[in-house]
Amino acid sequence: MILNLGPYAGFIIAAYAAALGVVAALIAWIIADHRAQQRTLKELEARGTVRRSAPREVA
Amino acid sequence: MPIIDLANPSRFLALVGRVLPWLAAATVCAFLVGLYYAALAPDDYQQGATVKIMFIHVPNAWLAMFCWTVMTVAALGTLVWRHPLADVAAKAAAPLGAAFTFLCLLTGSLWGRPMWGTYWVWDGRLTSVLVLFLMYLGVLALWRTVEEPSRAARAAAILTLVGAINLPIIKFSVDWWATLHQPASVLRLGGPTIHSSILVPLLIMGLAFMLLFATLHLAAMRNEILRRRVRTLRLMQAQAGA
Repeated sequence: MILNLGPYAGFIIAAYAAALGVVAALIAWIIADHRAQQRTLKELEARGTVRRSAPREVA
Repeated sequence: MPIIDLANPSRFLALVGRVLPWLAAATVCAFLVGLYYAALAPDDYQQGATVKIMFIHVPNAWLAMFCWTVMTVAALGTLVWRHPLADVAAKAAAPLGAAFTFLCLLTGSLWGRPMWGTYWVWDGRLTSVLVLFLMYLGVLALWRTVEEPSRAARAAAILTLVGAINLPIIKFSVDWWATLHQPASVLRLGGPTIHSSILVPLLIMGLAFMLLFATLHLAAMRNEILRRRVRTLRLMQAQAGA
């Protein structure tokens, strides 16, 4: 199936490309942020700092 | 799990971990179906193929307003009920709302140029949506300016509640003033005025964008909870070292 977008194809393609770009950037930012927070949290916990409400290991 | 348990960030994180993969899969499926039907939709008898821009412009317009509505409810949660996750939800929704509003304005401009002969006009609808975008940027700036999360949350909640006045202005701007923007054609009292061959793909794309928002919002809320844990641990470490 080949889409015939007519004389204003450039505007239609630009709109869809912009939506794809912004959504992809949002997803990439959220994934990168999640990894960064988890990495920092593990580093801090490895140094022995533990939240009071964190689950404790039973001896 | 009782809904009250979701007020506990740890239980909320566990729930997000279980729900997120399914929500992401549902989002991808909805977009595949929506884009397929959007590609098959007939051209408009006046606007030709440019009507395909509507399938992304209108869902982004809906989300632009919906995100602020979510932030408004969260602002009440912060100020009235002091729910522990309310300001987390508000902070996580702000960048998403800004992005969807930006896309609404951009795709609207790209639709307006071939149909109206101009990218921009200072009419009631376009101007009120631009004001919404600027308010999103204001809330984001506020969150970044005030370091203490609970103080930032209260300030952002007040700004959000004041900004909610703009939502009915956006909705009814096309009725109150003479605008180049067309009046409502889907969410109106007399029912939609769009033919089902175009309305169905539009509603599926609307559902896909709504699922996308739910997925990104939950993921961003999870990030914000982790960021606050990092902040708490850093403060504890600084106190221990002092």
